[in-house]
Amino acid sequence: MNAAQVVKQGWQKVFGAGTGSDRPIPGDASHGTILYVEDITVSFDGFRALNNLTLYIDVGELRCIIGPNGAGKTTMMDVITGKTRPDSGSAWFGVTTDLLTLTEPEIAEVGIGRKFQKPTVFEQHSVLQNLALAAAGNKSVWHTLFKPIAGAQLARIEEVLVTVGLKDQRNLRAGILSHGQKQWLEIGMLLMQDPRLLLVDEPVAGMTPQEVERTAELLLSLAGKHSVVVVEHDMAFVRSIARTVTVLHEGSVLAEGSMDAVQNDPKVIEVYLGEAQGHSDGK
Amino acid sequence: MTRGPLLNLLAGERGTAVFLLIVAFVGVIVPVMHLVPAEGSPLQLSGYTMTLIGKYMTYALLAVAVDLVWGYCGILSLGHAAFFALGGYAMGMYLMRQIGSRGVYGDPVLPDFMVFLNYKELPWFWHGFDMFWFALAMVALVPGLLALAFGWLAFRSRVTGVYLSIITQALTYALMLAFFRNDMGFGGNNGMTDFKDILGFAINTPSTRVALFVASAIALMLGYLACRYITLSRAGRVVQAIRDAESRTRFIGYRVESYKLWIFTFSAVLAGIAGALYVPQVGIINPSEFQPINSIEVVIWVAVGGRGMLYGAAAGAVLVNYAKTFFTAALPEFWLYALGLLFVVVTLFLPRGVVGLLDRFGRKTMPS
Repeated sequence: MNAAQVVKQGWQKVFGAGTGSDRPIPGDASHGTILYVEDITVSFDGFRALNNLTLYIDVGELRCIIGPNGAGKTTMMDVITGKTRPDSGSAWFGVTTDLLTLTEPEIAEVGIGRKFQKPTVFEQHSVLQNLALAAAGNKSVWHTLFKPIAGAQLARIEEVLVTVGLKDQRNLRAGILSHGQKQWLEIGMLLMQDPRLLLVDEPVAGMTPQEVERTAELLLSLAGKHSVVVVEHDMAFVRSIARTVTVLHEGSVLAEGSMDAVQNDPKVIEVYLGEAQGHSDGK
Repeated sequence: MTRGPLLNLLAGERGTAVFLLIVAFVGVIVPVMHLVPAEGSPLQLSGYTMTLIGKYMTYALLAVAVDLVWGYCGILSLGHAAFFALGGYAMGMYLMRQIGSRGVYGDPVLPDFMVFLNYKELPWFWHGFDMFWFALAMVALVPGLLALAFGWLAFRSRVTGVYLSIITQALTYALMLAFFRNDMGFGGNNGMTDFKDILGFAINTPSTRVALFVASAIALMLGYLACRYITLSRAGRVVQAIRDAESRTRFIGYRVESYKLWIFTFSAVLAGIAGALYVPQVGIINPSEFQPINSIEVVIWVAVGGRGMLYGAAAGAVLVNYAKTFFTAALPEFWLYALGLLFVVVTLFLPRGVVGLLDRFGRKTMPS
């Protein structure tokens, strides 16, 4: 090791926020898997919301998670994003980042973004400001108080505005957007954080058929660049985007595979799909 | 975005420019009308009136500080008068030390109330208050550190909403009880008064009063500009995001507690500065300034003026206090009812306060 390297390492040790090339990369997914959830159990007052749940998500994959109410879909998201701590089990982001040791903001920082069931955009802020708020970067009080937004981030905002199709609404107050537009804005806010993994909770609930179609296109365009996990009740929607489907039931994985394979699984038909099929046939 | 930062502060909102112009105008014209016309001339503004307006200005600064945390960050502090009073006490201690041997008992070091209570020597926390710079530092530091400690405990435990409001009331109430005690060493229920000098100038001369008045106007303008800068900065957007959707803001990676703690502390320092300017003008500070009702009144000023608009808060402070001065002289028993009624009317019919009403009226009549 030469002198220059020593100095560089010392610098990075002291001012750790530098380029960080020598630090372990958060969410190092060089093994092809971005998320490892293993044997997670969560109990609320004796009720097991998650029961030895094990799940792996690959890099760039678009995964749909379905399951009847109370199957533990939201609790699973809560565990991954640090909102709920499991009683036992492990959750790793790549092979280097133990999610169970991180706080909610830290998990957002390492690259896991979550879209909630209800669209929660900042209604008093404009579309542009919403995206700027969500932009990745230094989020300390000092920095946001005295530094203007970086040029690279402004360029990124433009890019995201195009991706989510809100270019013409940029200066509107987010509160007056339609329901579907709010959902897209929220997905755009997730994208601003440059997440490696996107968790999307019921993205099409309450959308018009056109909006559903547009959302399917959007999510499909995101897969590949990001790993995307979608929790959804709408079977037609899941069929239109899913490559791999995981069925949750009573807190653990009941079945996993392609939509067709899962649909024909007798266990699945019994607990969920049969019932849902009945509903969609009835429509 | 290409405008300079200072221009950005002044432009974009008509209210800000109007507000600063009014304060600057009052800050100049009132002292002139007090000093220039001959004594007793009908044109002369009395020292009483000038000091009254100066007092309103310190109230306006306090209201701006409360609006910053309540209107912009959603923290309904019902204890800001405590920070105001602490700043006032820090200034009062300096003024007490300035009296020196001119007190009734003539002790060169101990203030009168200490001689009266048989103190043998100056309590440790009174040291240093003979120096103006030290007192000024304490004016900012004492409220700031208290807000920092209090906020750290409250925000870290994620105490929000009505619970936070209640513990801020408890804070100011506890301080009131403490300052009422004679053995606290702050003059008990009599507080501090009979001030003589500030920086070597006699406190009751017209020129000193004018200086204090002008200082209040400048502090109000600077405090306003600082708050305006904050609300326009990216940090200000984050703070407003916290107000509207706190957990969402946390999820996109902001340390909500740090932001709240920081803005709460800054606001407490502003309140302390306002209190320090208030005390030499009214000539007294006592524990009744810590009364829970005082902090609630500040919130009413902000609500009446227009929550979430800094100049609205300042206008509300002046309007309500002018009404208070008028009513407590004309119909003293009526004032508290009027205040309550005002709050109910504003909450029900004017969610954006008087300034919001003017704004709406202005937009209707002027198509632009």
